[in-house]
Amino acid sequence: MAYVAIADRDHEIEHHDPQTFITKYIWSQDHKVIAVQYAITAIFVGLIALGLSAMMRLQLGFPDQFSFINPENYYQFITMHGMIMVIYLLTALFLGGFGNYLIPLMCGSRDMVFPYLNMLSYWVYLLSVIILLASFFVPGGSTGAGWTLYPPQAIMPGTPGVDWGILLMLLSLAVFIVAFTMGGLNYVTTVLQARCRGMTLMRMPLSVWGIFIATVLGLLAFPALLVSAIMMLLDKTLHTSFFMPAISLMGADPGYTGGSPILFQHLFWFFGHPEVYIVALPAFGIVSDLLSTHARKNIFGYRMMVWAIVAIGGLSFIVWAHHMYVSGMNPYFGFFFATTTLIIAVPTAIKVYNWVLTLWEGNIHLRVPMLFAIGFIFTFIHGGLTGLFLGNVTIDLPLSDTYFVVAHFHMVMGVSPVLVVFGAIYHWWPKITGKMYNETLGRWHFWMTFLGTYAIYLPMHYLGFQGVPRRYFAMGNTEFMPDSAQDLNAWITMSALFVAATQVLFFINIIWSLKSGPKSDPNPWDATTLEWQTPDHPPKHGNWGHELPVVHRWAYDYSVPGYEDDFIPQNVSADDAPAGRDHGGAH
Amino acid sequence: MTIALGFLALILATLLGWLLKQSFNTQPWVAEVVSETANQGPLGTNSKLIALLTLLAVVSSFFALILSAYALRMELGDWVPLSEPQLLWTNTAVLVLASIVFQWTRNAAANGRTARLSPGLLLTGLLTTGFVVGQFVAWQQLQATGQFITSNPANAFFYFLTGAHAVHIVGGMYVWARATAKVILGKGDDPAIARSIELCTIYWHFLLLVWLVLFGLLLST
Repeated sequence: MAYVAIADRDHEIEHHDPQTFITKYIWSQDHKVIAVQYAITAIFVGLIALGLSAMMRLQLGFPDQFSFINPENYYQFITMHGMIMVIYLLTALFLGGFGNYLIPLMCGSRDMVFPYLNMLSYWVYLLSVIILLASFFVPGGSTGAGWTLYPPQAIMPGTPGVDWGILLMLLSLAVFIVAFTMGGLNYVTTVLQARCRGMTLMRMPLSVWGIFIATVLGLLAFPALLVSAIMMLLDKTLHTSFFMPAISLMGADPGYTGGSPILFQHLFWFFGHPEVYIVALPAFGIVSDLLSTHARKNIFGYRMMVWAIVAIGGLSFIVWAHHMYVSGMNPYFGFFFATTTLIIAVPTAIKVYNWVLTLWEGNIHLRVPMLFAIGFIFTFIHGGLTGLFLGNVTIDLPLSDTYFVVAHFHMVMGVSPVLVVFGAIYHWWPKITGKMYNETLGRWHFWMTFLGTYAIYLPMHYLGFQGVPRRYFAMGNTEFMPDSAQDLNAWITMSALFVAATQVLFFINIIWSLKSGPKSDPNPWDATTLEWQTPDHPPKHGNWGHELPVVHRWAYDYSVPGYEDDFIPQNVSADDAPAGRDHGGAH
Repeated sequence: MTIALGFLALILATLLGWLLKQSFNTQPWVAEVVSETANQGPLGTNSKLIALLTLLAVVSSFFALILSAYALRMELGDWVPLSEPQLLWTNTAVLVLASIVFQWTRNAAANGRTARLSPGLLLTGLLTTGFVVGQFVAWQQLQATGQFITSNPANAFFYFLTGAHAVHIVGGMYVWARATAKVILGKGDDPAIARSIELCTIYWHFLLLVWLVLFGLLLST
């Protein structure tokens, strides 16, 4: 049977050229528009979460100076900051934003396989965000249970937002999971089914690999969060005792019988740890492409990179209890989870070595996206190394409730992915908008963000070693903490406010670029991947005009010996390559 | 969590095996003539089928996790086993029948016997609705004997599991209703209807399987 690329078959693709403003930009089924909608919404809630962290830092750096921060809303700030950043910003931005934009363009398809479902996914996501934000305005405010929502305190009186906040939070999470599942089915099916001719799995750019495996992780892990959210909702509203132990409340009996809070922790972290990699794997993939493109070198060890992504994804499901060492567990369990945790360092280290080796003797162009990509290598190594400390039970126990942990996870899954987000936005900005941004402003943005985050998080490790406890509203008179700890806290707060403020540079840059930025070249970075080879710039609805591209090579043909240009796009055949001499495969 | 882990191991092993098959011994850096079947995966080329199978993996993960929670919670002291209403046996039989009729309808669609479609679909719908109603009646019977959701963790899990399963059935009924409407109103071409009936049938068999696992577990504990 003659092969017809799936995207070429009419019945598989709904052609629907949008006519009006509304169908084009609002009820749009175009993956590129949906990607931008996802990104704008995610960045919007991310800014709210950034504001919340600034409020927390104000209290920590200058205790009791600000009358508008009391213990209750401090805990609400913590909870909402964590939940928004991890789920509503990073997960949504990497998968809904970059996943949506990059998968069809990089795989050479016209759109996602199910465009209508894709549109629905965004609107359901928006609904979850609205429910989440509504919890700020209900009586009692949003929940202050911490982003992990541990029972029993999450639904017991005394925790802020126990009446409405926690209900809206759980509901919002459930709605988000529905949205993610709709999007995720699309991403998986599109990667498996709608690649253009010649795009074998092992020719896919690593960005697509990272997003693909992260989606698989999400699809399998989010149900754990859904199950725990539903069970907690039942505990809260119908007074079942899934998680709630027999407990006495001010001498009264709230009617719970012997449920298990630990059960919730298992379910939560069974989702929670893969979630770290749902955020990290797309970042890994994207950073690989940025490094390769801007170093004009093929990625070092492509197959190893793919297998490492898959191995990390698989291992991420058997390490969850390392978040629960302090809950108490059988020492053999602890030993098992410490071992698996340390094993994850192997594929991760492979990736780091390969990034560095990609840079080795490369023709490095220190443009803004490259700066962010290299910055990511630094912050990720630092965050990853402290992870090796915390993976060990004996080191985790004393450090678990200190700022050391805060510093660790912010470096590894806060700062690092966010640097990649910025790098990726700068990298694909010309393709998305057709405009260039201001390079100088971008550099300032990078250096201030990069150095600023070190100013925040390096000192935090020392606070952790001093035993300064996390989650506390105020430290009070604690003897083991030297006075200088407070000075350091003030410094961290100043740095945090500075970094938050410098993000204005980013917004100035993109707004300036949209209004009066110079038109960009269709392929400003001389990149090989398909999204830079579209017939229109920026790509129009349907992406490829009349004919789908045909792929002849992998995504990393940079500086191939014997060719005139230092890159050969994926859709250029060996006969058409600029020098005309066939050196394919000789490097 | 052993149940969830076992399930995951299965899924990941499948994924890994497929991946190794795709990637082992390939030399991605070699530019070469495009092979004609370059992206035809081992799963065939029906996108909706792939999406459905992915969804089934997600739903399996959901139920496997509840079962894991069930197993963990059961070990705690306050668990009193629930004696399930006898009605569940009838409900199970009705759901089995629904699956059989759906399979019969699917075969008719695949063989182009379109006259059998609407009675088949309607009967399936009737039986499935019967199952959902039967489950609801079983709830009523339990409550009539004083077995409420809060009485005991075993009860809570019973209501949660049966409820979650029924919700998935009702979700399937939405797709079933769309296919049935197409058949009765005579809209849509035959191959498209056959495909959609095919997918529905898979989903029905899957939910029957889930129910048998759940029912078996509820009976045995």
